[in-house]
Amino acid sequence: MNPPPASPGAFDIDAALDSAAILVCTGAGGVGKTTTAASLALRAAERGRRTVVLTIDPAKRLAQSMGLSELDNTPRRVAGTDTSAGGSLDAMMLDMKRTFDEIVLTHAEPGKAEAIFANPFYQALSSSFAGTQEYMAMEKLGQLKATGDYDLVVVDTPPTRSALDFLDAPERMTTFLDGRMIRILLAPAKAGGKAYLRVVSAGFTVFTGVLTKIIGAGVLQDVSQFVGALETMFGGFRERAQATYDLLKAPGTAFVVVAAPERDALREASYFVERLAEESMPLAGLVVNRVHRSAGESLTAERSHVAAEVLEEAGGHELAAAVLRVHAERVALSARERRLQERFTGAHPGVPVVEVAALPGDVHDLAGLRAVGVDLAGGGPATLRAPPQPHDPRGL
Amino acid sequence: MADFPDVRLHVVTGKGGTGKTTVAASLALALAGGGRRVLLAEVEGRQGIAQLFDCPPLGYDERKVAVAPGGGDVFALSIDPEDALLDYLHMFYKLSRTGVAARALRRMGAIEFATTVAPGLRDVLLTGKVKEAVVRRDRKRLPAYDAVVLDAPPTGRIARFLNITSEVGGLARAGPIKTQSDNVMAVLRSSATAVHLCTLLEEMPVQETIDGVRDLEPLGLPVGGVVVNAVRAPLLHPADLRAAETGALDVGALVAGLEKAGLDAPDALVATLIGEAADHATRVALEERGRDALGELHLPSYELPLLPDAVDLSSLYELAGLLKAQGMA
Repeated sequence: MNPPPASPGAFDIDAALDSAAILVCTGAGGVGKTTTAASLALRAAERGRRTVVLTIDPAKRLAQSMGLSELDNTPRRVAGTDTSAGGSLDAMMLDMKRTFDEIVLTHAEPGKAEAIFANPFYQALSSSFAGTQEYMAMEKLGQLKATGDYDLVVVDTPPTRSALDFLDAPERMTTFLDGRMIRILLAPAKAGGKAYLRVVSAGFTVFTGVLTKIIGAGVLQDVSQFVGALETMFGGFRERAQATYDLLKAPGTAFVVVAAPERDALREASYFVERLAEESMPLAGLVVNRVHRSAGESLTAERSHVAAEVLEEAGGHELAAAVLRVHAERVALSARERRLQERFTGAHPGVPVVEVAALPGDVHDLAGLRAVGVDLAGGGPATLRAPPQPHDPRGL
Repeated sequence: MADFPDVRLHVVTGKGGTGKTTVAASLALALAGGGRRVLLAEVEGRQGIAQLFDCPPLGYDERKVAVAPGGGDVFALSIDPEDALLDYLHMFYKLSRTGVAARALRRMGAIEFATTVAPGLRDVLLTGKVKEAVVRRDRKRLPAYDAVVLDAPPTGRIARFLNITSEVGGLARAGPIKTQSDNVMAVLRSSATAVHLCTLLEEMPVQETIDGVRDLEPLGLPVGGVVVNAVRAPLLHPADLRAAETGALDVGALVAGLEKAGLDAPDALVATLIGEAADHATRVALEERGRDALGELHLPSYELPLLPDAVDLSSLYELAGLLKAQGMA
């Protein structure tokens, strides 16, 4: 088990940015994981660390803000980063298929790679195997770390069905490669001729009969060839899956769980926090994104509504009544979000939490990422528009 | 008159977090109204339907989960690829679900293997089961269900999920799998199917909706409507919205109003209220832009309000009523 964090409560983002070697951002889809990863990376770079951020599927405009225009698997320097503290920021988008191809080239026996690439099953597996993207993200993470070019690698995880898929990917790949089906399909090649007949069971004979009938002999042959070609690289795959898993447990790695103040996102965050504890993996803290707070919560939603009603009945103060309704809605939303968040903190009292204020629009430039970074570090909410005019009652 | 009178299969997709399961469930309830039988299916093993209807986890057996207003039943199931494969083998090859071959398939992890090396196969099995429910007849040779609603994979993957012929095309050029995928595709491409997209009036979901429609149309997959979820009404007058956004709100009028209502109006509170009004105005303007962009799609569009609390069974009935009132069912 992990020792509990030294000071539960506030999540000290800057401490994590200054000390970690790998930060993994994870959470349910649609909670702003990619923006969080990019903001963390920019802040780390501007605090003086040589940083690279690995993104999976960024929104077009966010990618453009970091100068990323294509999936090319190459880290590129992000122009506009303040490097005065000695740090730097590179960014890259994961090209899943290319990463997979590279692994095949590295591990396959000479001459086998082409056969693997041409096999229709490889094409299907490398582009859409549930888990390939996660596995490839981990693989790339390991590669970036190994270059020695970076003090810190920040990785965004794929928008999977469940955040847990990411943790399970290496093991799933290994299980798949060690699976009985692969053994069985390889058996003819290994045992050869009559020995093969002794190896297989009656159930298997029925099974291959059914399989041939359903999918046709041609497909079965493609599968066999594919598995045969893959087998030459099994060892390499298994080793790498283990190495990646070890990297996630190594000192210097920390997980940042990202959620929105919504029931499903926080439930997913809970599962993930529990799972990290089970695997003895280090959790840095929880980022709750898109939080609505009001600086004027002393004026409650109820009193706002009553005041708005009074004004609407009296007439003549439409603006004030409407603004009071806006405030009431905001305070009510804040209360609802706080209740949901308290359920999480109640169940996981030791997890440091930081809130990031909701922004009216999406972030798509470095200034926006920087502002989110300030908010993450406890420096106050970002504003993406001009601050409101100061109020001077005497000047009316 | 409903907008989709001839549609028997409603596929509901949407970006994560846009509430597609809620919309699918509400649509199923709306379609079942007035004594009809509707099947609601999920394919990702999330048990989202069971959570919404507050019932035990769903399995492969169709189970009644709700009664619609005016009589009518909603049945639901969670389609699992392994069960779908055994079902398929049973239907087409008379292979017993508990026989030697079926046991061998399970024991050897054949199904997991097959769906891993050929993800398209998994989608053929899942959509194949949906198609079977759409065309199924009861003893009187009448359709077993008046409509089937599918809580489908998210917008980013929907075109690929439904375009199964090309997914398996490279793997099985002939044979029974190919025949099956062609049959499923014929139903998906027919006028009996409509793919509805759920969105929020936020930048990314709107963009994904537009991209989703662009992906579906060239494949001949019939796009139905756009369901805009969690809509909030603008609270300020249009002129005040513009003023709030540019920081030009009439502060004097606001302070006078607050005082009239008997509230203290310290500067800090006034500044907070002005800031909140500006946030509201910015959001309304963004929502308007989103709505305009969606309008360019020229698709039937339906709006559902943001609910003050988490969705429960009674809110599903409320949302179903709203969809019906807008002509979606």
